[in-house]
Amino acid sequence: MRDITRERFKDGKPILRRYHQARWDEPIIFELGSPGERGILPPPVESDIRAAAGDVLDTLPQGMRRRQPPALPEISQPQVLRHYDRLSQETLGADFNIDVGQGTCTMKYSPKVNEDIARSAGAASIHPYQDDETVQGLLEIMYGLEQILKEVSGMDRFSLQPGAGSAAIYAATSIIRKYHELRGESEQRKEIITTSFSHPSDAACAKTAGYDIITLPPDKDGYPDFEAFKAALSERTAGIQMTNPEDTGVFNPNIADFVDLAHERGALCFYDQANANGILGITRAREAGFDLCHFNLHKTFSTPHGCGGPAAGALGVTEELAEFLPAPVVMFDGEKYRLDHDRPNSIGKVRAFHGTIGSVVRAYAWAMSLGADGMKTAAEIAVLNNNYLLKKVLEIPGVTAPYATGKHRIEQVRYSWEDLTKKTGVHSEELGVRAADFGVHYWTSHHPFVVPEPMTLEPTESYTKAELDEYVEILRQVAKEAHASPDFVKDAPYNCPIHQVDHEPLDDPEQWAVTWRAYRKKLKV
Amino acid sequence: MSIALPKLGLIVNPVAGLGGAVGLKGSDGESTQRQALAMGARPRAPERAIKALQRLAAIDSPFELLTCAGSMGSEEAASCGLEFTVLEGPSGLTTPRHTRDAARAMAEQGVDLLLFAGGDGTACDICEAVGDRLTVLGIPAGVKIHSGVYAISPDAAGRLAAEFVRGRSFETMAAEVMDQDEEALRKGRVSVRLHGYLHIPRHRALTQGTKSSSAVGESVAARIAAADVVRKMEAGRTYIIGPGTTTREVMAALGLAGTLVGVDVVRDSQLLVKDAGEQQILELIKGRDTAIVVTVIGGQGYLFGRGNQQISARVIREVGADNIIVVATRQKLNSLRWRGLLVDTGDDEVDAMLGGYVRIVTGTGEQALCKVGDPDLTVQVQVPIEPPGSGD
Repeated sequence: MRDITRERFKDGKPILRRYHQARWDEPIIFELGSPGERGILPPPVESDIRAAAGDVLDTLPQGMRRRQPPALPEISQPQVLRHYDRLSQETLGADFNIDVGQGTCTMKYSPKVNEDIARSAGAASIHPYQDDETVQGLLEIMYGLEQILKEVSGMDRFSLQPGAGSAAIYAATSIIRKYHELRGESEQRKEIITTSFSHPSDAACAKTAGYDIITLPPDKDGYPDFEAFKAALSERTAGIQMTNPEDTGVFNPNIADFVDLAHERGALCFYDQANANGILGITRAREAGFDLCHFNLHKTFSTPHGCGGPAAGALGVTEELAEFLPAPVVMFDGEKYRLDHDRPNSIGKVRAFHGTIGSVVRAYAWAMSLGADGMKTAAEIAVLNNNYLLKKVLEIPGVTAPYATGKHRIEQVRYSWEDLTKKTGVHSEELGVRAADFGVHYWTSHHPFVVPEPMTLEPTESYTKAELDEYVEILRQVAKEAHASPDFVKDAPYNCPIHQVDHEPLDDPEQWAVTWRAYRKKLKV
Repeated sequence: MSIALPKLGLIVNPVAGLGGAVGLKGSDGESTQRQALAMGARPRAPERAIKALQRLAAIDSPFELLTCAGSMGSEEAASCGLEFTVLEGPSGLTTPRHTRDAARAMAEQGVDLLLFAGGDGTACDICEAVGDRLTVLGIPAGVKIHSGVYAISPDAAGRLAAEFVRGRSFETMAAEVMDQDEEALRKGRVSVRLHGYLHIPRHRALTQGTKSSSAVGESVAARIAAADVVRKMEAGRTYIIGPGTTTREVMAALGLAGTLVGVDVVRDSQLLVKDAGEQQILELIKGRDTAIVVTVIGGQGYLFGRGNQQISARVIREVGADNIIVVATRQKLNSLRWRGLLVDTGDDEVDAMLGGYVRIVTGTGEQALCKVGDPDLTVQVQVPIEPPGSGD
């Protein structure tokens, strides 16, 4: 009998798998099915019932009735099943690949048991307009998650209403704006300061809220330049919005100095905690002096990223700013929970109803299953995994980790392939495409690139040493190929569902459509 | 009926790069060249040109190659087995005049893409000869490679030329041609000058790695930043517009045709003077509310370089350091690695006045902070001994 385990390793290193992804060339669902085909055929209403109840459609106001039936695909169940399963085989999502390549996204495991809970009747079949009395369980979960987030961050009140990280940041900027409005200083304070490595949402949300943006450069260690900050700060500053630790994986040791100085000038401080996974139970927004902070429940708190949503952003504030939070907020009097809508200084609603409740339930379940000690352990493992990966990746010729050379990082690292690119002419994006031939993906960086030829990796606590070793072997192999035969790497991928796509049409709105309806419109059919 | 074949030009500066390996700060001038050869330097440009040409030798698509005699191109092309036509000219010891003559001849013959192997000195010569009449691409081979006209390596230059011959078309963009005063450099002083602009193909091979394939290209970003500057311009105020492609966008946003290398003066959206000298500027701004609008020049990041005689220390004193508006793209600032911007007006007091942190307009309602005038940077300039892409 052959020992198959012998075929998995050589000299202690994993042998790369002979990966090949499925290719179905699957049509769009609207091209499938045929007129009259149905997935479910409800039985006709019995004559006695019809006689008693009449036609339910008569109860619908005329103005709300469709004139045409909806243009839905007409297709039966097994075809729907096959169609979506095939599409799933052509993607490289978190359920398939060693998804450590998505720096700052924190692609930790979204426990499937939490799906069961979130989809149970008690969570999924309730209605947002139900009386508070009848949804005490859900309100207890919302209140409970808020208490957990308060303990993790040190802040006084949270809103779970924002439907995304950016939505939470935008809500934070709106609170900053309202705060200055009430003080009669909104005309004077028109600027928000951020940093080059902060998440672009910090600048984008501030801009959308009507502010001018001042971006601080990195100093030689990769921290926001404190001297530049002093020069940027003025009585025109409304607030600072910064991510810490930044995507480089370094934690700004002087973050409290930034906050103190901003406060001296009357500005508010918002802490973008997209990168919280390495600091849970270790350091908090409150101790650094921040007035507002947010968490991405779909990053740190394990809820699924859902291919762009639905996500959930939790926004935390100090007591002083609590009056501005979106309404309603959950109150507890020791016996009963209720939704408080009486918030005269609230910035208003930032999402329909109470936010992405399914994700609130999942995040609560995750946090409760770990407990405080468990969450801290998760952070420690995430940091350990990241530093293990850092050491292994730096052994590959051609890659460096700019800034904080020789030091540890928190939960992610932004690497640079610049040395390899100079030698071989192969760019980071091309390396990433070749890596997909082994079943993994990586993310470069936000645009425009500050670190040249970037690669940003964040292993989280969810991947094993064996998986990290496999990921490193893939990078090593691709780098080796780039040195030996750059053209081979440049012409990748070879084992993926599609080959290279011409990017030009992607920049031309006349040549793309994100919905079938938009496609039909642009096709002028 | 014959199909017009793509026409490539090739000029090799056989003495480019001679000085670097032996520690001389460049290769201009016959005495420097002789000194370098005596010190055992061997010419690098020919082998780099050959590396690029090997890419062209490997493809099937036909093309015409026009080049110069001897080691200015013919020898290199022959060693790769390429067919070519030779321009009239000398084949022995060559001078910048030969480079200029060859470039002019190629422009007259309608070359589609001119490849040159050399450094900033060669780039300046070609720029003087043909300006923006030709599309040019540099095979990096000199000691001074501060201009923005080179591919990241000889191989990358060859790949781009091969893609062009195989039928791919490129947009072109203006790239800075910089020059340094070698005598000043040997004395430990940096003195960089914006010589002019050449048109190069817009292609990833020319990026320095900090630029990304993002949807908002650098030229769009420049347009957006320039529009923000124009939106905030005040009536009755005089604006001195410095050289550069980003400041050219400011002129374009005003609906005016300015000069790329020269300094233009505007007021109330009217062009007062095009390509003004220092005296003219001083007369125009005397007693008037004025602002200077500049961008970041060169691979070193100069705001005011010694060669920028027009916006002199006197002009800056008259205008005041508080009335300087800097406009640049984030891509440009990223490519400078946030080292800090340089000023060298020739007047230490004015240089000191300009030091500290400056706000740079990078977009609509967007500014970035950048440091200016770190003395460490102006004194010790690392002149690269090896051109980029030389890790073979």
